[in-house]
Amino acid sequence: MNTTTVQVSTNGSVTPTRPAWAEVWLMIIKTLWRNRKSRVGLILLAVFVFVACTGHLLAPYSVNDSSFATSAGPSARHWLGTTQAGQDVFSELLVGTASSIITSFSVGAIATILAMLIGITSGYVTGWLDDVLSFITNVFLVMPGLPLLIVLASYAPGKNLVLIIFIVGFTSWPWGARVLRSQVSTLRTRDFVIAARLAGDSSTRILVREILPNMLSLVIAGFLGSALFGLLTAVGLEFLGLGDPSQVSWGSMLYWAQNAGALMNGQWGWILAPGLCIAIFGMSLVLINFGFDEISNPRLRGDNE
Amino acid sequence: MRYFARRFTFLIGTLWVAITLNFLIPRLMPGNPASVMMAKFMGRGQPINPAALHAIEVMLGISHASLMSQYWQYLGQVVRFNFGLSYTQFPYSVRYVIGQALPWTLGLVGLSTILSFIIGTGLGILAAWRRNKMTDTIVTSLSAFTNAFPYFWFALVAVYFLSFIHNWFPLTGAYAIGTSPTFSIGFILDVIHHGFLPALTIVISSMGGWLLGMRNNMINTLGEDYVLLATAKGLKNRWVAGMYVARNAILPNITGFAMALGFVVAGSLLTEVVFAYPGIGYALYNAVINEDYPLMQGIFLIIVLCVIVANFAADLLYVLVDPRVRRGRA
Repeated sequence: MNTTTVQVSTNGSVTPTRPAWAEVWLMIIKTLWRNRKSRVGLILLAVFVFVACTGHLLAPYSVNDSSFATSAGPSARHWLGTTQAGQDVFSELLVGTASSIITSFSVGAIATILAMLIGITSGYVTGWLDDVLSFITNVFLVMPGLPLLIVLASYAPGKNLVLIIFIVGFTSWPWGARVLRSQVSTLRTRDFVIAARLAGDSSTRILVREILPNMLSLVIAGFLGSALFGLLTAVGLEFLGLGDPSQVSWGSMLYWAQNAGALMNGQWGWILAPGLCIAIFGMSLVLINFGFDEISNPRLRGDNE
Repeated sequence: MRYFARRFTFLIGTLWVAITLNFLIPRLMPGNPASVMMAKFMGRGQPINPAALHAIEVMLGISHASLMSQYWQYLGQVVRFNFGLSYTQFPYSVRYVIGQALPWTLGLVGLSTILSFIIGTGLGILAAWRRNKMTDTIVTSLSAFTNAFPYFWFALVAVYFLSFIHNWFPLTGAYAIGTSPTFSIGFILDVIHHGFLPALTIVISSMGGWLLGMRNNMINTLGEDYVLLATAKGLKNRWVAGMYVARNAILPNITGFAMALGFVVAGSLLTEVVFAYPGIGYALYNAVINEDYPLMQGIFLIIVLCVIVANFAADLLYVLVDPRVRRGRA
């Protein structure tokens, strides 16, 4: 292992050398790129982001064009066939990439921000506030998310993407909060934090300058985990018809395909493609996370990598 | 004993939060369900007849009493498992509908979750033991993939190839149409034949999580001094892996089992929808598409109850496998 500013000790946490922000980022990217698994993940993710940005340009037909033969199987003109309304499935897949990835990342962002607020507070303070926050975290950790979301989404007025993003985001923070809490509570008693406190730094300054850089990899790993969880949950809700069926996304494609009995008509492309995209996109996040596991826990690093 | 009391308090606390959420969600949402229902039947913009509105409110059990007194009344009903009548399966009560569906889900999801935990943890031990070898790379990458796809999508694909194309398994249901549940060998074989494919898809989709978790724990534990000592004493590798490493590494996975149960239940709900399996998930799906709110809320509470009771059981199991907790030090 190369020597970098951050020395990682054997118990998986970080020893008291204070790294600068830029160096932390650089080290993270370097480590990720060195690891074969996370390199594959980064490349896959880049492809998906590219398709998300240019999907409407790459698509051979417009998704609103319903002038084709309905419920057709895959052919040379329509690689994945057409929907029962006569739209091109392959075009829907490309255009839908954007809203699925936006859903995934927005949920990840909301969940990460909540997890940071709750987890860091609860790890840094002691006493009743910590007890209350930990209790709330544990309760929501145990609570089965999807049934709760189904109840929430069925009562919610109207159906749209933003609403789905918010309710999924607001229910997927506990895992991250728990991880961050335990990390903060070990960092809190380290020498460099105590030194900063004795020097008269404010709590906010200590959290942002001393503690946060030392757990950046955990925060990003939490973000990737929530993004994957968010995508799967949102797809599940859309599949049940609780999303916005008129918004083209991987989840709503599966909803329409299932409603049209796509598999039984031999339209395997319509079901197979969105699911595979979800799985490969999700896998890219999991693969990148392997790299983060190895940053925060050097024992996981292989000898030949 | 203190550990037990603490876990039990947590169980009750979680249950209380779930019940309260279930009470608050419909009441905090904008709009009155009765007027929504009126609007649906009569078309929007029609003048609303106050007498009819009142009749619907009485039927739906909407009261204008204070929130607090409604809450007490609600708590009383929930404790007696009285969730009212189902709209769609009228005149059956919600309790009856849930009672019909629950055994199927407990059987299917319970069995497949335990199987997936055992297989996943076992493969995780193997992957950690042979890490960075061929077996590890294949097994770990595969579980990164299976971990990332939606359960229900995998179920759809499995139905298509194994049931639709090859006719190896029935397409839907828990038993053959036209038969009714009896304790005969023929019926039990039929149930196993119907349940095999749903169970297989749940096991494959949920196995990856246990595998990756166990692999990480194993690798952490492999570096401990006592493992080095055991190896230095000349104990067989297999013995060290099983009795020294795996026994310690499995502890976080048991905690994880308790926590991840919610995810597995959520995933299998959608699997039930794909197979039209007459369990709780399928009942919830039907309640959602038919806007059968009492049934939906009743099912939500029952699912939460099952998950946290299973969680509690996992906590008790933890005491059996980890003596440190028994002595009150952990």
